[in-house]
Amino acid sequence: MSMFALSGAIEAGLIFSLVALGVYMSFRLLNFPDLTVDGSFPLGAAAAAVGIVNGLNPFLATALGVAAGAVAGLVTGVLNVRLGVMNLLAGILTMVALYSINLRIMGSPNTSLYGSETVFTPFESLIGPGLWTNAIVLAVIALAVKLLLDWFLRTELGLALRASGENPVMASAQSIDNDRMVLVGMAISNGMVGLAGALFAQSVGVADVSMGIGTIVTGLAAMIIGEAVFKARKVAWATVGCLAGAILYRFFIAVALSAGVLGIQAQDLNLVTALVVAVAVVASKARFAGAARVRLGMTRLRSTFQPQRGG
Amino acid sequence: MLSVRGVHVTFNPGTALAVEALRGVDLDVPAGQFVTVIGTNGAGKSTLLSMVAGDVRPDRGRVAVDGKDLTLLPARARAGVIGRVFQDPRIGTCASLSVEENLALAASRGRRRNLRNALGGSRRRAFLAEQLERLGLGLQDRITSPVGTLSGGQRQAVSLLMATLLPMKVLILDEHTAALDPGAAAQVLALSAEINKEQALTTLMVTHSMRQALDYGDRTIMMTAGRIALDVAGEERRRYEVGTLMELFKRNTGEPVEDDQLVLS
Repeated sequence: MSMFALSGAIEAGLIFSLVALGVYMSFRLLNFPDLTVDGSFPLGAAAAAVGIVNGLNPFLATALGVAAGAVAGLVTGVLNVRLGVMNLLAGILTMVALYSINLRIMGSPNTSLYGSETVFTPFESLIGPGLWTNAIVLAVIALAVKLLLDWFLRTELGLALRASGENPVMASAQSIDNDRMVLVGMAISNGMVGLAGALFAQSVGVADVSMGIGTIVTGLAAMIIGEAVFKARKVAWATVGCLAGAILYRFFIAVALSAGVLGIQAQDLNLVTALVVAVAVVASKARFAGAARVRLGMTRLRSTFQPQRGG
Repeated sequence: MLSVRGVHVTFNPGTALAVEALRGVDLDVPAGQFVTVIGTNGAGKSTLLSMVAGDVRPDRGRVAVDGKDLTLLPARARAGVIGRVFQDPRIGTCASLSVEENLALAASRGRRRNLRNALGGSRRRAFLAEQLERLGLGLQDRITSPVGTLSGGQRQAVSLLMATLLPMKVLILDEHTAALDPGAAAQVLALSAEINKEQALTTLMVTHSMRQALDYGDRTIMMTAGRIALDVAGEERRRYEVGTLMELFKRNTGEPVEDDQLVLS
Protein backbone atom coordinates (compact mmCIF):
# COMPACT_ATOMS: atom_id res chain seq x y z
CA MET A 1 0.00 0.00 0.00
CA SER A 2 1.31 3.43 -0.93
CA MET A 3 1.77 6.21 1.61
CA PHE A 4 -0.83 8.13 -0.35
CA ALA A 5 -3.39 5.36 0.17
CA LEU A 6 -2.40 5.10 3.83
CA SER A 7 -2.86 8.79 4.56
CA GLY A 8 -6.15 8.72 2.66
CA ALA A 9 -7.34 5.78 4.77
CA ILE A 10 -6.42 7.54 7.99
CA GLU A 11 -8.14 10.74 6.89
CA ALA A 12 -11.30 8.81 6.05
CA GLY A 13 -11.01 6.88 9.32
CA LEU A 14 -10.77 10.07 11.36
CA ILE A 15 -13.77 11.55 9.56
CA PHE A 16 -15.82 8.39 10.07
CA SER A 17 -14.83 8.30 13.74
CA LEU A 18 -17.15 11.32 14.09
CA VAL A 19 -19.93 9.26 12.51
CA ALA A 20 -19.10 6.42 14.91
CA LEU A 21 -19.41 8.85 17.86
CA GLY A 22 -22.80 9.95 16.53
CA VAL A 23 -23.93 6.35 16.13
CA TYR A 24 -22.68 5.58 19.65
CA MET A 25 -24.84 8.42 20.95
CA SER A 26 -28.00 7.28 19.17
CA PHE A 27 -27.75 3.48 19.06
CA ARG A 28 -25.95 2.86 22.33
CA LEU A 29 -26.73 5.68 24.70
CA LEU A 30 -30.23 6.66 23.57
CA ASN A 31 -31.19 3.17 22.41
CA PHE A 32 -32.55 4.84 19.26
CA PRO A 33 -31.72 3.02 15.97
CA ASP A 34 -31.30 6.18 13.95
CA LEU A 35 -31.01 5.95 10.16
CA THR A 36 -31.07 9.72 9.66
CA VAL A 37 -27.27 9.46 9.37
CA ASP A 38 -27.31 8.46 5.67
CA GLY A 39 -29.04 11.78 5.01
CA SER A 40 -27.37 14.05 7.58
CA PHE A 41 -23.86 13.13 6.36
CA PRO A 42 -24.41 14.46 2.80
CA LEU A 43 -26.49 17.28 4.30
CA GLY A 44 -23.48 18.47 6.30
CA ALA A 45 -21.37 18.14 3.16
CA ALA A 46 -23.85 20.02 0.97
CA ALA A 47 -24.38 22.85 3.47
CA ALA A 48 -20.64 23.35 3.96
CA ALA A 49 -19.82 23.08 0.24
CA VAL A 50 -22.50 25.51 -0.86
CA GLY A 51 -21.43 27.88 1.91
CA ILE A 52 -17.80 27.77 0.81
CA VAL A 53 -18.60 28.15 -2.87
CA ASN A 54 -20.65 31.22 -2.00
CA GLY A 55 -17.73 32.80 -0.21
CA LEU A 56 -18.49 31.86 3.38
CA ASN A 57 -15.50 31.36 5.67
CA PRO A 58 -14.78 27.59 5.62
CA PHE A 59 -14.97 27.35 9.41
CA LEU A 60 -18.38 29.02 9.44
CA ALA A 61 -19.42 26.81 6.53
CA THR A 62 -18.39 23.74 8.57
CA ALA A 63 -20.40 25.07 11.53
CA LEU A 64 -23.32 25.44 9.14
CA GLY A 65 -22.92 21.74 8.27
CA VAL A 66 -23.01 20.86 11.99
CA ALA A 67 -26.14 22.96 12.54
CA ALA A 68 -27.86 21.44 9.50
CA GLY A 69 -27.09 17.92 10.78
CA ALA A 70 -28.43 18.81 14.23
CA VAL A 71 -31.67 20.11 12.74
CA ALA A 72 -32.06 16.89 10.73
CA GLY A 73 -31.62 14.92 13.97
CA LEU A 74 -34.21 17.12 15.68
CA VAL A 75 -36.68 16.45 12.86
CA THR A 76 -36.30 12.68 13.35
CA GLY A 77 -36.64 13.17 17.10
CA VAL A 78 -39.79 15.26 16.76
CA LEU A 79 -41.32 12.72 14.34
CA ASN A 80 -40.72 10.05 16.97
CA VAL A 81 -41.46 11.61 20.35
CA ARG A 82 -43.96 14.32 19.43
CA LEU A 83 -45.78 12.72 16.51
CA GLY A 84 -45.48 9.08 17.54
CA VAL A 85 -43.74 7.74 14.42
CA MET A 86 -41.75 4.57 15.20
CA ASN A 87 -38.06 5.42 15.68
CA LEU A 88 -36.73 3.34 12.78
CA LEU A 89 -39.30 4.78 10.37
CA ALA A 90 -38.77 8.34 11.63
CA GLY A 91 -35.09 8.09 10.67
CA ILE A 92 -35.89 6.59 7.27
CA LEU A 93 -38.39 9.34 6.51
CA THR A 94 -35.90 12.09 7.35
CA MET A 95 -33.18 10.31 5.38
CA VAL A 96 -35.35 10.04 2.27
CA ALA A 97 -36.55 13.62 2.57
CA LEU A 98 -32.96 14.81 2.91
CA TYR A 99 -32.07 13.35 -0.48
CA SER A 100 -34.40 15.88 -2.12
CA ILE A 101 -33.35 18.63 0.25
CA ASN A 102 -29.66 18.05 -0.51
CA LEU A 103 -30.37 18.30 -4.23
CA ARG A 104 -32.20 21.57 -3.56
CA ILE A 105 -29.36 22.94 -1.42
CA MET A 106 -26.74 22.22 -4.06
CA GLY A 107 -28.95 22.84 -7.08
CA SER A 108 -27.24 19.90 -8.75
CA PRO A 109 -26.16 16.35 -7.80
CA ASN A 110 -22.77 17.62 -6.65
CA THR A 111 -20.77 20.71 -5.76
CA SER A 112 -17.06 20.87 -6.46
CA LEU A 113 -14.72 22.56 -4.01
CA TYR A 114 -11.82 22.44 -6.44
CA GLY A 115 -9.60 25.46 -5.87
CA SER A 116 -11.74 26.76 -2.97
CA GLU A 117 -10.36 27.56 0.42
CA THR A 118 -11.21 24.87 3.03
CA VAL A 119 -10.61 24.42 6.76
CA PHE A 120 -7.38 22.68 5.78
CA THR A 121 -5.99 25.61 3.77
CA PRO A 122 -4.68 27.73 6.68
CA PHE A 123 -2.82 24.70 8.07
CA GLU A 124 -1.09 24.02 4.78
CA SER A 125 0.82 27.26 5.26
CA LEU A 126 1.21 26.56 8.98
CA ILE A 127 2.39 22.93 8.92
CA GLY A 128 3.30 22.87 5.28
CA PRO A 129 1.34 21.24 2.45
CA GLY A 130 2.32 17.61 3.07
CA LEU A 131 0.65 14.25 2.70
CA TRP A 132 -0.30 14.29 6.39
CA THR A 133 -1.51 17.86 6.89
CA ASN A 134 -5.20 16.99 6.55
CA ALA A 135 -4.80 13.93 8.77
CA ILE A 136 -3.20 16.01 11.54
CA VAL A 137 -5.98 18.63 11.39
CA LEU A 138 -8.64 15.91 11.39
CA ALA A 139 -6.99 14.11 14.31
CA VAL A 140 -7.13 17.28 16.39
CA ILE A 141 -10.79 17.82 15.50
CA ALA A 142 -11.79 14.20 16.21
CA LEU A 143 -10.00 14.24 19.55
CA ALA A 144 -11.59 17.55 20.50
CA VAL A 145 -15.08 16.24 19.65
CA LYS A 146 -14.44 13.05 21.65
CA LEU A 147 -13.31 15.04 24.71
CA LEU A 148 -16.29 17.38 24.39
CA LEU A 149 -18.65 14.40 24.22
CA ASP A 150 -16.97 12.77 27.24
CA TRP A 151 -17.40 15.99 29.17
CA PHE A 152 -21.05 16.35 28.15
CA LEU A 153 -21.87 12.80 29.23
CA ARG A 154 -20.54 13.55 32.71
CA THR A 155 -22.77 16.59 33.19
CA GLU A 156 -26.18 16.40 34.88
CA LEU A 157 -27.87 16.62 31.49
CA GLY A 158 -25.57 14.01 29.93
CA LEU A 159 -26.04 11.59 32.80
CA ALA A 160 -29.82 12.07 32.55
CA LEU A 161 -29.58 11.27 28.83
CA ARG A 162 -27.69 8.04 29.53
CA ALA A 163 -30.20 7.01 32.19
CA SER A 164 -33.11 7.82 29.89
CA GLY A 165 -31.73 5.65 27.10
CA GLU A 166 -31.03 2.73 29.36
CA ASN A 167 -34.02 2.81 31.68
CA PRO A 168 -36.82 5.23 30.75
CA VAL A 169 -39.11 4.10 33.58
CA MET A 170 -36.47 4.85 36.18
CA ALA A 171 -35.63 8.09 34.39
CA SER A 172 -39.16 9.44 34.63
CA ALA A 173 -39.34 8.40 38.28
CA GLN A 174 -36.30 10.68 38.73
CA SER A 175 -38.16 13.52 36.94
CA ILE A 176 -36.18 13.12 33.69
CA ASP A 177 -38.11 14.10 30.55
CA ASN A 178 -37.39 11.14 28.23
CA ASP A 179 -38.76 12.91 25.15
CA ARG A 180 -36.50 15.88 25.69
CA MET A 181 -33.51 13.59 26.09
CA VAL A 182 -34.25 12.00 22.70
CA LEU A 183 -34.40 15.46 21.10
CA VAL A 184 -31.15 16.60 22.72
CA GLY A 185 -29.35 13.35 21.90
CA MET A 186 -30.54 13.17 18.30
CA ALA A 187 -29.44 16.77 17.68
CA ILE A 188 -25.98 16.11 19.12
CA SER A 189 -25.63 12.80 17.28
CA ASN A 190 -26.54 14.16 13.86
CA GLY A 191 -24.62 17.36 14.52
CA MET A 192 -21.49 15.21 14.78
CA VAL A 193 -22.48 13.37 11.59
CA GLY A 194 -23.05 16.71 9.83
CA LEU A 195 -19.56 17.76 10.93
CA ALA A 196 -18.18 14.53 9.44
CA GLY A 197 -19.95 15.23 6.14
CA ALA A 198 -18.70 18.83 6.03
CA LEU A 199 -15.11 17.70 6.64
CA PHE A 200 -15.39 14.83 4.16
CA ALA A 201 -16.48 17.18 1.37
CA GLN A 202 -13.56 19.50 2.11
CA SER A 203 -11.14 16.58 2.33
CA VAL A 204 -12.08 15.00 -1.02
CA GLY A 205 -12.96 18.30 -2.69
CA VAL A 206 -16.56 17.57 -3.59
CA ALA A 207 -20.01 17.19 -2.00
CA ASP A 208 -22.15 14.59 -3.72
CA VAL A 209 -25.80 13.79 -3.11
CA SER A 210 -25.14 10.04 -3.07
CA MET A 211 -22.12 10.17 -0.77
CA GLY A 212 -24.27 9.26 2.25
CA ILE A 213 -25.20 5.75 1.16
CA GLY A 214 -23.87 3.27 3.70
CA THR A 215 -22.73 5.91 6.22
CA ILE A 216 -24.79 4.37 9.00
CA VAL A 217 -23.39 0.90 8.41
CA THR A 218 -19.82 2.21 8.32
CA GLY A 219 -20.45 4.05 11.59
CA LEU A 220 -21.84 0.90 13.17
CA ALA A 221 -18.93 -1.20 11.92
CA ALA A 222 -16.46 1.29 13.36
CA MET A 223 -18.26 1.36 16.71
CA ILE A 224 -18.45 -2.44 16.89
CA ILE A 225 -14.76 -2.86 16.06
CA GLY A 226 -13.93 -0.28 18.70
CA GLU A 227 -15.98 -2.17 21.27
CA ALA A 228 -14.26 -5.43 20.36
CA VAL A 229 -10.84 -3.80 20.85
CA PHE A 230 -11.67 -1.89 24.04
CA LYS A 231 -14.05 -4.03 26.06
CA ALA A 232 -14.69 -1.17 28.46
CA ARG A 233 -17.94 0.07 29.93
CA LYS A 234 -16.60 3.51 30.69
CA VAL A 235 -17.75 6.24 28.33
CA ALA A 236 -14.26 7.69 27.86
CA TRP A 237 -13.02 4.31 26.60
CA ALA A 238 -16.06 3.67 24.42
CA THR A 239 -15.39 6.96 22.63
CA VAL A 240 -11.72 6.03 22.21
CA GLY A 241 -13.06 2.82 20.70
CA CYS A 242 -15.13 4.79 18.17
CA LEU A 243 -12.02 6.66 17.04
CA ALA A 244 -9.79 3.60 16.93
CA GLY A 245 -12.50 1.41 15.36
CA ALA A 246 -13.10 3.83 12.49
CA ILE A 247 -9.39 4.23 11.74
CA LEU A 248 -8.76 0.47 11.94
CA TYR A 249 -11.72 -0.22 9.72
CA ARG A 250 -10.66 2.18 6.97
CA PHE A 251 -7.11 0.89 7.29
CA PHE A 252 -8.16 -2.74 6.77
CA ILE A 253 -10.35 -1.73 3.84
CA ALA A 254 -7.42 0.11 2.26
CA VAL A 255 -5.17 -2.92 2.76
CA ALA A 256 -7.78 -5.25 1.28
CA LEU A 257 -8.25 -2.95 -1.71
CA SER A 258 -4.55 -2.51 -2.43
CA ALA A 259 -3.70 -6.18 -1.95
CA GLY A 260 -6.69 -7.25 -4.03
CA VAL A 261 -7.88 -9.65 -1.29
CA LEU A 262 -10.65 -11.85 -2.81
CA GLY A 263 -10.69 -9.44 -5.72
CA ILE A 264 -12.34 -6.73 -3.61
CA GLN A 265 -12.73 -3.41 -5.40
CA ALA A 266 -13.90 0.01 -4.27
CA GLN A 267 -17.48 -0.62 -5.35
CA ASP A 268 -17.69 -3.63 -2.99
CA LEU A 269 -17.14 -1.44 0.07
CA ASN A 270 -20.76 -1.25 1.24
CA LEU A 271 -21.22 -5.00 0.77
CA VAL A 272 -18.14 -5.72 2.88
CA THR A 273 -19.26 -3.23 5.55
CA ALA A 274 -22.76 -4.74 5.73
CA LEU A 275 -21.24 -8.21 6.05
CA VAL A 276 -18.95 -7.08 8.87
CA VAL A 277 -21.90 -5.67 10.83
CA ALA A 278 -24.09 -8.72 10.15
CA VAL A 279 -21.33 -11.09 11.29
CA ALA A 280 -20.72 -9.01 14.42
CA VAL A 281 -24.41 -9.06 15.37
CA VAL A 282 -24.72 -12.81 14.73
CA ALA A 283 -21.48 -13.49 16.64
CA SER A 284 -22.78 -11.55 19.65
CA LYS A 285 -25.97 -13.60 19.53
CA ALA A 286 -24.03 -16.88 19.48
CA ARG A 287 -21.90 -15.73 22.38
CA PHE A 288 -24.91 -14.87 24.51
CA ALA A 289 -27.13 -17.79 23.55
CA GLY A 290 -28.14 -19.60 26.70
CA ALA A 291 -25.78 -17.55 28.85
CA ALA A 292 -26.95 -15.39 31.69
CA ARG A 293 -28.18 -12.00 30.51
CA VAL A 294 -25.05 -10.02 31.15
CA ARG A 295 -24.99 -6.46 29.96
CA LEU A 296 -21.98 -6.19 27.73
CA GLY A 297 -21.28 -4.09 24.71
CA MET A 298 -23.24 -5.97 22.13
CA THR A 299 -26.36 -6.91 24.01
CA ARG A 300 -27.91 -3.55 23.21
CA LEU A 301 -27.16 -3.88 19.53
CA ARG A 302 -28.55 -7.35 19.65
CA SER A 303 -31.78 -6.27 21.22
CA THR A 304 -32.07 -3.48 18.66
CA PHE A 305 -31.61 -5.69 15.63
CA GLN A 306 -32.90 -9.09 16.58
CA PRO A 307 -36.50 -10.07 17.13
CA GLN A 308 -37.43 -10.36 20.79
CA ARG A 309 -38.63 -13.64 22.08
CA GLY A 310 -41.80 -13.33 24.07
CA GLY A 311 -41.39 -13.89 27.80
CA MET B 1 -51.29 14.41 53.18
CA LEU B 2 -52.30 12.29 50.22
CA SER B 3 -55.87 12.52 49.02
CA VAL B 4 -57.50 10.24 46.45
CA ARG B 5 -61.12 11.15 45.58
CA GLY B 6 -63.61 9.08 43.59
CA VAL B 7 -61.01 7.60 41.26
CA HIS B 8 -62.10 5.36 38.40
CA VAL B 9 -59.60 3.76 36.03
CA THR B 10 -60.55 1.68 32.99
CA PHE B 11 -57.98 -0.04 30.82
CA ASN B 12 -58.78 -0.43 27.10
CA PRO B 13 -62.03 1.52 27.44
CA GLY B 14 -64.67 0.88 24.80
CA THR B 15 -63.18 -2.42 23.64
CA ALA B 16 -63.96 -6.06 24.34
CA LEU B 17 -60.88 -6.07 26.59
CA ALA B 18 -62.10 -3.20 28.78
CA VAL B 19 -61.17 -3.74 32.42
CA GLU B 20 -62.41 -1.55 35.24
CA ALA B 21 -59.32 -1.62 37.43
CA LEU B 22 -60.49 1.01 39.92
CA ARG B 23 -64.19 1.62 40.57
CA GLY B 24 -64.44 4.58 42.87
CA VAL B 25 -61.55 4.71 45.30
CA ASP B 26 -61.48 7.27 48.13
CA LEU B 27 -58.42 7.35 50.34
CA ASP B 28 -57.01 9.98 52.66
CA VAL B 29 -53.60 9.36 54.14
CA PRO B 30 -52.38 11.87 56.75
CA ALA B 31 -48.76 13.04 56.51
CA GLY B 32 -46.31 10.47 57.87
CA GLN B 33 -48.75 7.55 57.91
CA PHE B 34 -47.53 4.18 56.61
CA VAL B 35 -50.32 2.30 54.82
CA THR B 36 -49.98 -1.30 53.71
CA VAL B 37 -52.17 -2.40 50.78
CA ILE B 38 -53.24 -5.99 50.17
CA GLY B 39 -55.59 -7.76 47.78
CA THR B 40 -55.64 -10.54 45.21
CA ASN B 41 -54.18 -10.25 41.73
CA GLY B 42 -56.30 -7.84 39.71
CA ALA B 43 -57.84 -6.20 42.79
CA GLY B 44 -56.37 -2.86 41.70
CA LYS B 45 -53.59 -2.31 44.23
CA SER B 46 -50.85 -1.74 41.67
CA THR B 47 -53.20 0.39 39.56
CA LEU B 48 -53.88 2.55 42.61
CA LEU B 49 -50.14 3.08 43.14
CA SER B 50 -49.49 3.72 39.44
CA MET B 51 -52.32 6.22 39.44
CA VAL B 52 -50.84 8.07 42.43
CA ALA B 53 -47.40 8.00 40.79
CA GLY B 54 -48.78 9.35 37.51
CA ASP B 55 -48.28 6.40 35.14
CA VAL B 56 -52.02 5.84 34.89
CA ARG B 57 -54.46 8.70 34.42
CA PRO B 58 -57.90 8.28 36.02
CA ASP B 59 -61.09 8.52 33.90
CA ARG B 60 -62.75 10.24 36.82
CA GLY B 61 -61.65 11.48 40.21
CA ARG B 62 -58.73 13.44 41.60
CA VAL B 63 -55.45 12.86 43.35
CA ALA B 64 -53.76 15.54 45.42
CA VAL B 65 -50.80 15.89 47.76
CA ASP B 66 -50.97 18.60 50.42
CA GLY B 67 -53.91 20.15 48.58
CA LYS B 68 -52.04 20.41 45.28
CA ASP B 69 -53.96 18.68 42.51
CA LEU B 70 -51.68 16.26 40.61
CA THR B 71 -54.34 14.49 38.54
CA LEU B 72 -53.18 15.78 35.16
CA LEU B 73 -49.42 15.78 35.77
CA PRO B 74 -47.26 13.06 34.15
CA ALA B 75 -45.05 10.86 36.38
CA ARG B 76 -41.88 12.89 35.82
CA ALA B 77 -43.60 16.09 36.91
CA ARG B 78 -44.72 14.44 40.18
CA ALA B 79 -41.29 13.00 40.93
CA GLY B 80 -40.40 16.02 43.05
CA VAL B 81 -43.04 15.09 45.65
CA ILE B 82 -43.49 11.36 45.02
CA GLY B 83 -40.70 8.79 45.28
CA ARG B 84 -41.10 5.21 44.06
CA VAL B 85 -39.48 1.86 44.52
CA PHE B 86 -40.47 -0.77 41.96
CA GLN B 87 -40.97 -4.50 42.34
CA ASP B 88 -38.11 -5.30 39.97
CA PRO B 89 -34.78 -4.05 41.38
CA ARG B 90 -33.59 -3.59 37.80
CA ILE B 91 -36.22 -0.93 37.12
CA GLY B 92 -35.42 1.42 39.97
CA THR B 93 -31.74 1.79 39.11
CA CYS B 94 -29.52 2.06 36.03
CA ALA B 95 -27.32 -1.04 35.74
CA SER B 96 -24.47 0.42 33.70
CA LEU B 97 -24.14 3.58 35.81
CA SER B 98 -22.13 3.50 39.01
CA VAL B 99 -23.72 3.69 42.47
CA GLU B 100 -22.72 7.34 42.83
CA GLU B 101 -23.98 8.21 39.32
CA ASN B 102 -27.36 6.67 40.16
CA LEU B 103 -27.50 8.68 43.36
CA ALA B 104 -26.44 11.81 41.47
CA LEU B 105 -29.45 11.33 39.17
CA ALA B 106 -31.68 11.28 42.23
CA ALA B 107 -29.92 14.31 43.72
CA SER B 108 -31.02 16.41 40.71
CA ARG B 109 -34.62 15.25 40.85
CA GLY B 110 -37.35 17.85 40.51
CA ARG B 111 -35.22 20.58 38.98
CA ARG B 112 -33.83 21.40 35.56
CA ARG B 113 -30.63 19.50 34.77
CA ASN B 114 -27.80 21.66 33.48
CA LEU B 115 -24.22 21.31 32.27
CA ARG B 116 -22.60 21.08 35.69
CA ASN B 117 -20.60 17.97 36.45
CA ALA B 118 -23.20 15.47 37.68
CA LEU B 119 -21.03 14.11 40.47
CA GLY B 120 -20.24 17.65 41.53
CA GLY B 121 -17.51 18.70 43.89
CA SER B 122 -16.23 16.93 46.96
CA ARG B 123 -19.18 18.18 49.01
CA ARG B 124 -21.75 16.42 46.90
CA ARG B 125 -19.68 13.25 46.81
CA ALA B 126 -19.28 13.33 50.58
CA PHE B 127 -23.05 13.79 50.97
CA LEU B 128 -23.75 10.81 48.72
CA ALA B 129 -21.23 8.60 50.55
CA GLU B 130 -22.74 9.62 53.87
CA GLN B 131 -26.24 8.72 52.63
CA LEU B 132 -24.97 5.31 51.49
CA GLU B 133 -23.44 4.71 54.88
CA ARG B 134 -26.90 5.11 56.42
CA LEU B 135 -27.99 1.93 54.63
CA GLY B 136 -25.48 -0.03 56.67
CA LEU B 137 -24.64 -2.31 53.74
CA GLY B 138 -21.06 -1.16 53.21
CA LEU B 139 -21.99 0.28 49.82
CA GLN B 140 -19.98 3.44 50.47
CA ASP B 141 -16.93 1.35 49.58
CA ARG B 142 -18.41 0.36 46.23
CA ILE B 143 -19.45 3.81 45.18
CA THR B 144 -17.80 3.57 41.74
CA SER B 145 -19.05 0.04 40.94
CA PRO B 146 -21.75 -0.29 38.27
CA VAL B 147 -25.09 -0.90 40.00
CA GLY B 148 -25.53 -3.99 37.79
CA THR B 149 -22.85 -5.72 39.85
CA LEU B 150 -24.82 -5.39 43.12
CA SER B 151 -27.19 -8.02 44.49
CA GLY B 152 -30.96 -7.58 44.17
CA GLY B 153 -31.27 -6.54 47.81
CA GLN B 154 -28.48 -4.01 47.52
CA ARG B 155 -30.00 -2.58 44.34
CA GLN B 156 -33.37 -2.29 46.05
CA ALA B 157 -31.75 -0.51 49.00
CA VAL B 158 -30.12 1.91 46.55
CA SER B 159 -33.53 2.42 44.85
CA LEU B 160 -35.04 3.21 48.24
CA LEU B 161 -32.28 5.69 48.99
CA MET B 162 -32.71 7.30 45.56
CA ALA B 163 -36.47 7.60 46.06
CA THR B 164 -36.01 9.37 49.38
CA LEU B 165 -32.73 11.24 48.85
CA LEU B 166 -34.33 14.65 48.52
CA PRO B 167 -37.07 16.03 50.74
CA MET B 168 -40.37 14.74 49.32
CA LYS B 169 -43.85 13.89 50.52
CA VAL B 170 -45.13 10.50 49.40
CA LEU B 171 -43.23 7.21 49.15
CA ILE B 172 -44.66 4.46 46.96
CA LEU B 173 -43.45 0.90 47.46
CA ASP B 174 -44.89 -1.53 44.91
CA GLU B 175 -44.15 -5.02 46.24
CA HIS B 176 -40.59 -3.83 46.48
CA THR B 177 -39.38 -6.89 48.39
CA ALA B 178 -41.23 -9.56 46.37
CA ALA B 179 -38.20 -10.31 44.17
CA LEU B 180 -35.75 -10.56 47.07
CA ASP B 181 -34.66 -13.49 49.20
CA PRO B 182 -36.15 -13.51 52.74
CA GLY B 183 -33.05 -12.06 54.41
CA ALA B 184 -32.69 -9.18 51.96
CA ALA B 185 -36.47 -8.62 52.03
CA ALA B 186 -36.46 -8.22 55.83
CA GLN B 187 -33.52 -5.81 55.62
CA VAL B 188 -35.14 -3.65 52.94
CA LEU B 189 -38.48 -3.66 54.81
CA ALA B 190 -36.80 -2.56 58.05
CA LEU B 191 -35.02 0.17 56.11
CA SER B 192 -38.31 1.31 54.56
CA ALA B 193 -39.97 1.55 57.98
CA GLU B 194 -36.99 3.47 59.35
CA ILE B 195 -37.01 5.98 56.49
CA ASN B 196 -40.78 6.41 56.86
CA LYS B 197 -40.31 7.30 60.55
CA GLU B 198 -37.20 9.42 60.16
CA GLN B 199 -38.50 11.59 57.33
CA ALA B 200 -42.19 11.42 58.34
CA LEU B 201 -43.11 10.26 54.84
CA THR B 202 -46.60 9.39 53.78
CA THR B 203 -46.06 5.82 52.61
CA LEU B 204 -48.11 3.39 50.53
CA MET B 205 -46.78 -0.16 50.37
CA VAL B 206 -48.34 -2.93 48.33
CA THR B 207 -47.48 -6.39 49.60
CA HIS B 208 -48.49 -9.92 48.77
CA SER B 209 -47.95 -11.06 52.32
CA MET B 210 -50.67 -10.59 54.96
CA ARG B 211 -47.99 -11.08 57.60
CA GLN B 212 -45.99 -8.10 56.27
CA ALA B 213 -49.17 -6.06 55.88
CA LEU B 214 -49.84 -6.37 59.62
CA ASP B 215 -46.24 -6.25 60.86
CA TYR B 216 -45.30 -3.04 59.10
CA GLY B 217 -46.98 0.34 59.03
CA ASP B 218 -49.85 2.01 60.88
CA ARG B 219 -52.83 1.12 58.75
CA THR B 220 -53.89 -1.63 56.36
CA ILE B 221 -56.32 -1.46 53.47
CA MET B 222 -57.60 -4.43 51.52
CA MET B 223 -58.69 -4.00 47.93
CA THR B 224 -61.27 -6.13 46.15
CA ALA B 225 -62.47 -5.68 42.58
CA GLY B 226 -61.25 -2.11 42.27
CA ARG B 227 -62.60 -0.88 45.61
CA ILE B 228 -61.30 -0.56 49.14
CA ALA B 229 -63.07 -3.36 51.00
CA LEU B 230 -61.38 -3.02 54.36
CA ASP B 231 -59.61 -0.14 56.07
CA VAL B 232 -58.23 -0.82 59.52
CA ALA B 233 -55.83 1.04 61.83
CA GLY B 234 -54.88 1.62 65.46
CA GLU B 235 -56.00 -0.60 68.33
CA GLU B 236 -58.28 -2.70 66.18
CA ARG B 237 -55.47 -3.45 63.72
CA ARG B 238 -53.12 -4.50 66.53
CA ARG B 239 -55.57 -7.24 67.51
CA TYR B 240 -55.62 -8.63 63.95
CA GLU B 241 -54.01 -11.91 63.06
CA VAL B 242 -53.42 -13.28 59.59
CA GLY B 243 -56.45 -15.51 60.22
CA THR B 244 -58.63 -12.48 60.96
CA LEU B 245 -57.65 -10.91 57.67
CA MET B 246 -58.42 -14.12 55.79
CA GLU B 247 -61.81 -14.36 57.44
CA LEU B 248 -62.61 -10.76 56.49
CA PHE B 249 -61.33 -11.41 53.02
CA LYS B 250 -63.72 -14.32 52.60
CA ARG B 251 -66.64 -12.28 53.89
CA ASN B 252 -65.83 -9.37 51.57
CA THR B 253 -65.33 -11.32 48.40
CA GLY B 254 -67.62 -14.23 49.13
CA GLU B 255 -64.84 -16.62 48.28
CA PRO B 256 -61.96 -18.23 50.15
CA VAL B 257 -58.38 -17.04 49.72
CA GLU B 258 -57.03 -18.84 46.71
CA ASP B 259 -53.79 -16.98 46.37
CA ASP B 260 -51.27 -18.94 48.44
CA GLN B 261 -48.87 -16.04 48.42
CA LEU B 262 -51.31 -13.94 50.41
CA VAL B 263 -51.14 -16.38 53.29
CA LEU B 264 -47.67 -17.80 53.11
CA SER B 265 -44.34 -16.01 53.51
